[in-house]
Amino acid sequence: MALLLKNGRLVDPEVSLDEVADMIVRDGRIVEIGQDLTIPKGVTVECAEKIVVPGLVDLHTHLREPGREDEETVASGTRAAAHGGFTAVCAMPNTSPICDTGSKVRFLVERAVETGVVRVHPVGSLTAKQDGESIAEIGDMVAEGAVAFSDDGRGVQDAGMMRRVMDYAKAFGTVVVSHCEDESLVAGGVVNEGVVSTRLGLLGWPAAAEEVAVARDIRIADLTGCRLHLAHLSTAGSAQLVRAAKARGVLVTAEVTPHHLFLDEDAIDRAYDTNLKMNPPLRTTKDREILIEALLDGTIDCIATDHAPHARHEKEMEFELAPFGTTGLETALSLLITHLVQPGRLAWPDLVRVMAHAPRAAFGLPAIRLEAGAVADLTIIDPEAKVEVSREWFVSKSSNSSFLGATLLGKATDVLVEGRFALKNGKVVT
Amino acid sequence: MSPLSSPHIMTMDDLNAEDITTILDTAESFKEVNERRIKKLPTLRGRTIINLFLEPSTRTRTSFEIAAKRLSADGINMTGSASATVKGESLRDTAKTLSAMACDLIVVRHKYAGAPQMLAECMDAHVVNGGDGMNQHPTQALLDLFTIRQHTGKLEGLTVGIVGDICHSRVAGSLVPALRKVGAKPVIIAPPTLLPARPDVLGAEVATSLDEALPELDIAYMLRIQMERAAGMPFPSLREYARFYGMNETRLASAKPEMLVMHPGPMNRGVEVSSAVADSPRAIVLDQVNAGVAVRMAVMYLLLGGESGGAAA
Repeated sequence: MALLLKNGRLVDPEVSLDEVADMIVRDGRIVEIGQDLTIPKGVTVECAEKIVVPGLVDLHTHLREPGREDEETVASGTRAAAHGGFTAVCAMPNTSPICDTGSKVRFLVERAVETGVVRVHPVGSLTAKQDGESIAEIGDMVAEGAVAFSDDGRGVQDAGMMRRVMDYAKAFGTVVVSHCEDESLVAGGVVNEGVVSTRLGLLGWPAAAEEVAVARDIRIADLTGCRLHLAHLSTAGSAQLVRAAKARGVLVTAEVTPHHLFLDEDAIDRAYDTNLKMNPPLRTTKDREILIEALLDGTIDCIATDHAPHARHEKEMEFELAPFGTTGLETALSLLITHLVQPGRLAWPDLVRVMAHAPRAAFGLPAIRLEAGAVADLTIIDPEAKVEVSREWFVSKSSNSSFLGATLLGKATDVLVEGRFALKNGKVVT
Repeated sequence: MSPLSSPHIMTMDDLNAEDITTILDTAESFKEVNERRIKKLPTLRGRTIINLFLEPSTRTRTSFEIAAKRLSADGINMTGSASATVKGESLRDTAKTLSAMACDLIVVRHKYAGAPQMLAECMDAHVVNGGDGMNQHPTQALLDLFTIRQHTGKLEGLTVGIVGDICHSRVAGSLVPALRKVGAKPVIIAPPTLLPARPDVLGAEVATSLDEALPELDIAYMLRIQMERAAGMPFPSLREYARFYGMNETRLASAKPEMLVMHPGPMNRGVEVSSAVADSPRAIVLDQVNAGVAVRMAVMYLLLGGESGGAAA
């Protein structure tokens, strides 16, 4: 079936494209881009006033399947992704059981084919059972489709172990993801160590607990030559370490979440809202500003959501007992448009860079460009649409969002995965 | 209508200077009642007060229980370990259940910060914080102010040194803002491993040497050291702690002659306070305990709609 996207503003910095044009999609691929195109038969989608970009990718999604299907599944998580404008998500391995063998990777790949609406790229664990003690079957997992490796949620605590894993992973040309957390310095902390920990009587999690791990893993990347990706950076110091490492030519990429860019610890008050409890914790206004600068200047490569769905009854516990994490797939794009694009800090081509191209490059996923012959993974955005973030608005099984109650500008209206609609007119296609 | 500005006492933020004076003045009249042979008033007859203690406590729970009984309220004690509520019923559900039983006021002690706020959200009852995690313990601060005022006749202008485990102490968490509200000057004194990350946001002066800070102090408030803690001790030994941060006769002799020594209890003799100091007239620890009942009576009475001052009439 042919599809004609009419009068959309096509934006793709990789091919220096930013103009209003038409696009024809056939058999899952872009076949033509130009002015006043027509198709003899098929579907025409009016895209006037909309922006058409290469499909967005989230490098950091918790799909919770297998193990916590009450919180999210491949089916519900990929629908939430489509709702947020993503054509692909990278599924973190800290499920139950941990995704640490080829057969578990294959399960996820098959599940995605059976029940998913967008692409799912599995991330395998670095160490078996994420125990930090023995290397997981990385080669086996690469062969079954894992695109990157991470002990997300824990981090590899022992430097020698991290070195061994990074040395080994190199053989398979894959990327090692650091969770960037030194547990001995976190020491039970639940919020940023500083004003809020002091004011609310909660244990603090110092910025150094992240920066020590960032510095260590950059040095190990230097030593081993393995590609390193740094997950969910939250501090100004981490940004500085990445900037210095890139200047030295270390093979390192980094991501930042929308909640670390647009929220800070001051949001946590005596209401003890557990939707504001995340790992790493919300930091200071200064950290946040420096992270935004680092994203804008390319020090931090990309946005990742760290979408972490949690059961409502578990989030409604005491702050110290509630699990860490906020959902993010369905708010990320709107947050970037609202806080960076709309005020003129981030141009549309740069939004495409940080949400589509840079994430693919970081995990070595095939590039998607707006040109004839490319796979038609596309996101169509209405930059003027208004989003009221309420529990009912979410497609995800969970609604533990730190942005509940916010009014945002701009959202995805359509998502095409290999030419097929996953989201159409703002509704998930099921 | 309650004469206080907030329906709950969850943190010291709920009280302004005027509220504090109202509570202390009301407690004076209840203290007088506590000295009578018949120590009971009909004031809160027919009102239900629940003491929800989810963390072990003897003195605070007893103090609240006596306070409720002396006001003729129906006081019920509920205890449980925090872990039981984690594995079984959530705190929210416990709160809703108790609210459905129509209680008028609930006192809560919990291992985790923010528990009083959670109860206030789920219940149609006045909430009094009996200590939440490492956060606050406002009635302790109020009884401390009462005791200080009783001995010195004033609060404004006093310098109060709070010594010890500041960063894990809910007592310090309430006492520092309480002292500031009444115009006294808090100085927190501890090794850096026991200081909070940002003492400046509390508005307290900071000292790491007790000996240097000592001459300025009108009150030395010695915090309890958690002896049960083993791994990750924030100081090398109890012996070394006592040497640098303990109150002993030598230190007492070099302080202002009228300086008083306080402690929230239970005391580790020989660690925070030497036995000789603890038993000296300069230590007013038992006056604090005595004040506790009167202050908690005042808090219950005022929250449940009493008129300031006239309680014991």
